[in-house]
Amino acid sequence: MTTDVETKVDPRLTSGARINVKWVAVFVILGVLFPFFIDGYTSFQMTLTIIYAIAILGLNLLTGFNGQFSLGHSAFYAIGAYTAAILVYHLDFPVYVTIPIGGVVCFVAGFLFGLPALRLNGLYLALATFALAVAVPQILKSSHLEGLTGGVQGLDIFRPDVPEVLVNTFAMTMDQWWYLISFGIMLLLFWAAWNLINSRSGRAMMAIRDNPIAAQSMGINTSLYKSLTFGVSAFYTGIAGALAAIVIEFVAPDSFTFQLSILLFIGLVVGGTGSIWGAIFGGLFILMVPNIAEEVSTGLSYAVFGVILILVIYVMPSGIVGLVDILKVRLKKKL
Amino acid sequence: MELFLQQILTGLANGAIYACLALAVVMIYQAIDHFNFAQGEMAMFSTYICWSMIAVGIPYWVAFLLTIVISFAGGVAIERIIFKPIHNAPVLSHIVVFIGLLAIFNSLAGAIWDHTIKVFPSPFPDGSFNGLIGLHEIGMFFVTLILLGAIFCFFRFTRIGMAMQAAAANPDSAELVGIRVGWMLALGWGLAAAIGAVAGMMIAPIVFLDPNMMLGILLYGFAAAIVGGITSPGGAVAGGFLVGIIENLAGTYIPAIGSELKLTVALVLIVTVLLFKPNGLFGKSIVTRV
Repeated sequence: MTTDVETKVDPRLTSGARINVKWVAVFVILGVLFPFFIDGYTSFQMTLTIIYAIAILGLNLLTGFNGQFSLGHSAFYAIGAYTAAILVYHLDFPVYVTIPIGGVVCFVAGFLFGLPALRLNGLYLALATFALAVAVPQILKSSHLEGLTGGVQGLDIFRPDVPEVLVNTFAMTMDQWWYLISFGIMLLLFWAAWNLINSRSGRAMMAIRDNPIAAQSMGINTSLYKSLTFGVSAFYTGIAGALAAIVIEFVAPDSFTFQLSILLFIGLVVGGTGSIWGAIFGGLFILMVPNIAEEVSTGLSYAVFGVILILVIYVMPSGIVGLVDILKVRLKKKL
Repeated sequence: MELFLQQILTGLANGAIYACLALAVVMIYQAIDHFNFAQGEMAMFSTYICWSMIAVGIPYWVAFLLTIVISFAGGVAIERIIFKPIHNAPVLSHIVVFIGLLAIFNSLAGAIWDHTIKVFPSPFPDGSFNGLIGLHEIGMFFVTLILLGAIFCFFRFTRIGMAMQAAAANPDSAELVGIRVGWMLALGWGLAAAIGAVAGMMIAPIVFLDPNMMLGILLYGFAAAIVGGITSPGGAVAGGFLVGIIENLAGTYIPAIGSELKLTVALVLIVTVLLFKPNGLFGKSIVTRV
């Protein structure tokens, strides 16, 4: 029997999400040209922003899209960084190869940590991951692993030179080259995340976030998806960690304290949970604002940072992306 | 055997520190249904206030009581001024505000009282019991038990304690039966700040006073609360002692751990307990409707 009521379905709803090509093209062109108009230090800073953005996106996949808290992503960042550093330092791996390896190692670590984490939710999970973040620097410093990790001193690694052709044609510097590599990796990972979110798996992830029991009764394997999301999230953060180790040319346990986790978390919330491009704003925020706070008052820089944080939450409780959405709606009403 | 007993007692002494802080953690959880990451820093700040009062010559116990009152007022003020306006913001935003508060208190304490380590007086006599455990630790043990008793009676037998539990468990229904939910939250903040202040003043003679004194301890406090069960003050205290003892025994008897991996033990402990008993050892399991 056919239904007697003809329903007209909006074609935009059935055709699936589309990338807004216009804006993305503008962003990519500006992003690629950017390092040629700024000095070396700024492009180094922008590279770090990109790296943070990748890590924040990883955290966002877990928290924003799957509803699992984590204050332990500095641990995965550290694992990615140390994987890259150890492979280069001890085994003479080519530097470029270590980036995906760092990600894969983190995927495995994240998946494994995700298994026990299945039983925890909300703040319990936040605490267990926080403990992970506190423990990892201690483990890295531990005398049992000193031969591998270099203990408190850490490891030095060296980046390969910029390819000859690029130096000759564009007079490209090291900072510009690594900015472009990071930018490319970021685009690739953002595109992958976008595809993931708009796929069947992405919808399953979000269904689990919104109502785990309902999701399960619709036939979603919640345990599998939750631990896989943990793995993917760690993969992103691990890639960011590996990139950071290479760009900074140095890893040490004290670069990966729980403060890094907290910074990433702040970046996530300020950028906007459940938004892919919010991660870029998050990255900018956590790189710039501590510096600004330092300039306002050296002795009270933390207090200034805290005040800025609280004010930001007052003005935009759902992050920069939330604010932009509200402004869009208001603008449309006006027009 | 001598060493074993010694380690157990040292563990109990450390455990009393964690138990004290775990109580404050449970208190705030009962009131607002969240962890407060700034709890440790608030306690540290209260302890500094007490230190200043003692430094200008106010007797210990007067300063002690005044600090509790000031901390209570401060806790209420924080809820009213900072959290009331963002009541409807997402949970994650609240946590960012906790982090902001943590940074502010830490930095302010450093700026006001500088970063040098200060000695904080103990209200209990010097000396020790048979050379095994200090009298301050024994005193702290009893203070923790008294606090626990007071909290138990407050939640069990007073109207306002019941109202607070109702407000945290089901704000809408509580509102309908005439409980002023907003003020219950503020009260919970005040009480948690006051208990935190007591914890801080008890801990400070042992770990000494400095702006970062709470960072490590708070993690143990959280661990204790989780191990014991976040819904149960008694469980939190038991959890505190358990964490203290296990941490010490593991550090002494498992050579691979030593003192450098003690924190890792806390991690393993949290994860293990949560795997088998997701609501902690003494916690109630909470059933929710779909």
